[in-house]
Amino acid sequence: MAKPETKTHAIDISAISGDKAPVDLSNDRVSVAVEDLNLYYDQTKQALNGINLDIPQKRVTAFIGPSGCGKSTLLRCFNRMNDLVDGCRIEGKISLEGRNIYEKSIDVAELRRRIGMVFQKPNPFPKSIYENVAFGLRIQGIKNKRVLDEVVERSLKGAALWDEVKDRLHESALGMSGGQQQRLVIARTIAVEPEVLLLDEPASALDPISTLKIEELIYELKSKYTIIIVTHNMQQAARVSDYTAFMYMGELIEYGDTNTLFTNPDKKQTEDYITGRYG
Amino acid sequence: MDKLERSTSISFSQWLKSGEPWIWINGAAISISVIAVVGLIMILAVKGLGHFWPGEIMSATYQDPRSGEVSRIIGQVVEKESVPIEQLRASGLKLETDEEFLSRYLLKLGNRDVTGTDFAWYLQVQTNTVEYPQAAMALERREWGSFYGFLHQVKQADQVVATASGEELASDAAWQELQTRIERVSQLHDQIEQLEKHEIGAINAKLERLRLNERGIELDEGMSDSAVKSARAKIEEGRAQLDQEYQVLQKQLSQLYIKVSRDSITAVTMDGSSIELPIAKIVRAYQPNSLSLSGKVAIYFSKLNEFLTDDPREANTEGGIFPAIFGTVMMVILMAIMVTPFGVVAAVYLREYAKQGFVTQMVRVAVNNLAGVPSIVYGVFGLGFFIYYVGGSLDQLFFQEALPSPTFGTPGLLWASLTLALLTLPVVIVATEEGLARIPRAVREGSLALGATKAETLWRIVLPMASPAMMTGLILAVARAAGEVAPLMLVGVVKLAPSLPLDGNYPFVHLDQKFMHLGFHIYDVGFQSPNVEAARPLVYATAFLLVVVIAMLNFAAVSVRNRLREKYKALES
Repeated sequence: MAKPETKTHAIDISAISGDKAPVDLSNDRVSVAVEDLNLYYDQTKQALNGINLDIPQKRVTAFIGPSGCGKSTLLRCFNRMNDLVDGCRIEGKISLEGRNIYEKSIDVAELRRRIGMVFQKPNPFPKSIYENVAFGLRIQGIKNKRVLDEVVERSLKGAALWDEVKDRLHESALGMSGGQQQRLVIARTIAVEPEVLLLDEPASALDPISTLKIEELIYELKSKYTIIIVTHNMQQAARVSDYTAFMYMGELIEYGDTNTLFTNPDKKQTEDYITGRYG
Repeated sequence: MDKLERSTSISFSQWLKSGEPWIWINGAAISISVIAVVGLIMILAVKGLGHFWPGEIMSATYQDPRSGEVSRIIGQVVEKESVPIEQLRASGLKLETDEEFLSRYLLKLGNRDVTGTDFAWYLQVQTNTVEYPQAAMALERREWGSFYGFLHQVKQADQVVATASGEELASDAAWQELQTRIERVSQLHDQIEQLEKHEIGAINAKLERLRLNERGIELDEGMSDSAVKSARAKIEEGRAQLDQEYQVLQKQLSQLYIKVSRDSITAVTMDGSSIELPIAKIVRAYQPNSLSLSGKVAIYFSKLNEFLTDDPREANTEGGIFPAIFGTVMMVILMAIMVTPFGVVAAVYLREYAKQGFVTQMVRVAVNNLAGVPSIVYGVFGLGFFIYYVGGSLDQLFFQEALPSPTFGTPGLLWASLTLALLTLPVVIVATEEGLARIPRAVREGSLALGATKAETLWRIVLPMASPAMMTGLILAVARAAGEVAPLMLVGVVKLAPSLPLDGNYPFVHLDQKFMHLGFHIYDVGFQSPNVEAARPLVYATAFLLVVVIAMLNFAAVSVRNRLREKYKALES
């Protein structure tokens, strides 16, 4: 059979609505810059291959790609979470506001405060809701009750959770629903006022309504934080992101503004992926 | 459709396939375990706790099958069994019966001071005119064991106060007189004990400290003559004052002794002879045959209470075992205080910081193997290393004035706890390590991603979450340590400790002292006792108590663990 002429999208691209004006990457201030990044697990297994990428400030950038393409690995490079992996070796440079985060003199704990991360599965601490949000501040040595109260309230409001939990702040966070837990984790992360938010498939373990809430939250948080999101769900990437990077087999195949990438991709591989031919 | 119907006759292989045999085997295994545990505890409880029940006193005439002599016996029936007649004949008894088995009684005769034996076997066929006289009296004494007989007279300073006529009952005047006098004596004994143990004991402790101070001054070469002189004078002054206090107490004490030995009774023994007994030596008197049930229950609980709260008497075969309970609990608590931090820190290093490789694996294997080392080996190590080496060095460095008598260079509570801590260390390490391994990676990463360092993550998130596992380790450690006897015999347990390791004398906790232990007490009473028959029920009772103490320590730890588990329950997903 002959190959069909028209592109049949596997996703509903109507989500990419017209009210988002096409953004020119060159006009945005760069927050995180990746230069010639190579990452190896063990001696030989290369997981990332020559990545070059500029991530704009206060925008949402999505990483998409099939499983095992290295998008989560790349995300975890930004807050040096890969340091915890035995035998992981990194070459190249990642700069936050012009400063290479892999320099020896960098305080990793401070870096991680400035680049917050939300994981795939909600991972609240087995503490009260209040203590979960206050955790980052307590780590910094803040003990003043007034300050803590204020930040907890502001963060929970910021994560659109305040109204649901304000009457049970001192109950265990483990009693919340999955969606609430994930928003709590976001509240906990923004409580320490990071500059960059890394979201590693934040809605993949959630039901559709919770997913929607998280997506709305991402849209609101964009005004204050640079957001990088890894997602399997292409519709989600299309809905929430301003820029999208498509990765495949440890390489960055295509990177551009979301509208263009989804409607008119440059590369054949990108087109095949978003039209559902593999992945 | 036919195939879906279950056929009524199933073949053996089908039955095997259905899994039903497995359920039966599993059920049987569980039942046997439950029966074994319950049976063990029941035997201990019945045999041990039954000992305190005031048994009836039997009186009978007995014809000795060897000599044919007839005598009168009085005593409590302890046991009844049947023996084959051949066995009796083989031991030289001439018996003219056709029965194959004869039953015989083990009677507790008491009156060791009169007859020389407390226990004897009597053949039922040889007894005649068995009766349970209402006035038969059982006395528990501070020495020479129990006494069985009849009350005759109560005397005060050799003057007869009341006389009992042979067959009268508990309500009679002489009996009342005896009871009030026993009450008085027991109060006086409490006062004597207070004076001897606590007040004079405190003075002795102070005198000993002064002696050590003096010796310290002698050994200190750097002191000037005048300083030595003034220090000596001070010591002499203190000593003189203590001597004065001691004289006062000694006077009080001798007065008490005179008071306590005022009264006596005369009693009639089984062979009809009369014997005079000082009331000062009587702990308790009762007439079991005329007691109502409630009276017996009262005696039972009074005896049980004595067992739990008093010091042992008569080579541990009478009285209570409080020092052993106290010693066991205190040693286990000290052991827990020492082993938990040490084990947790070691496990944290192994799991969190050490590079996971060959060496770490070898260390882990070594730790696991430590759990399999026989406990007596730990005892030898504790004796050789802790006591002789560490304790000896401590004595040289800090307790030189007490030498040549050792302070820490001799078995004691500290070394026993430390040896058991070492013995139980592998259990704590392994349990904590498993707990640490179970903490989800996601939670650690969540903490790290907020800017916490590894140490902060460990302290604030990981260790609290692993605390139920640490408690599990502690529970296993406590269970093992509380029941351990062999190493303790080398490192600090004694048959009879003169004082508790925790008292009112400075420095209040005496880690260098030897102590008593329930496990060792069982061994001592059961196998080292001069009076085996008397000790046997005590062995059961002590064993039962040991099980109860361990169970209580464990329940305490388990309830703490359950609370922690509830608090830090792991993420479900």
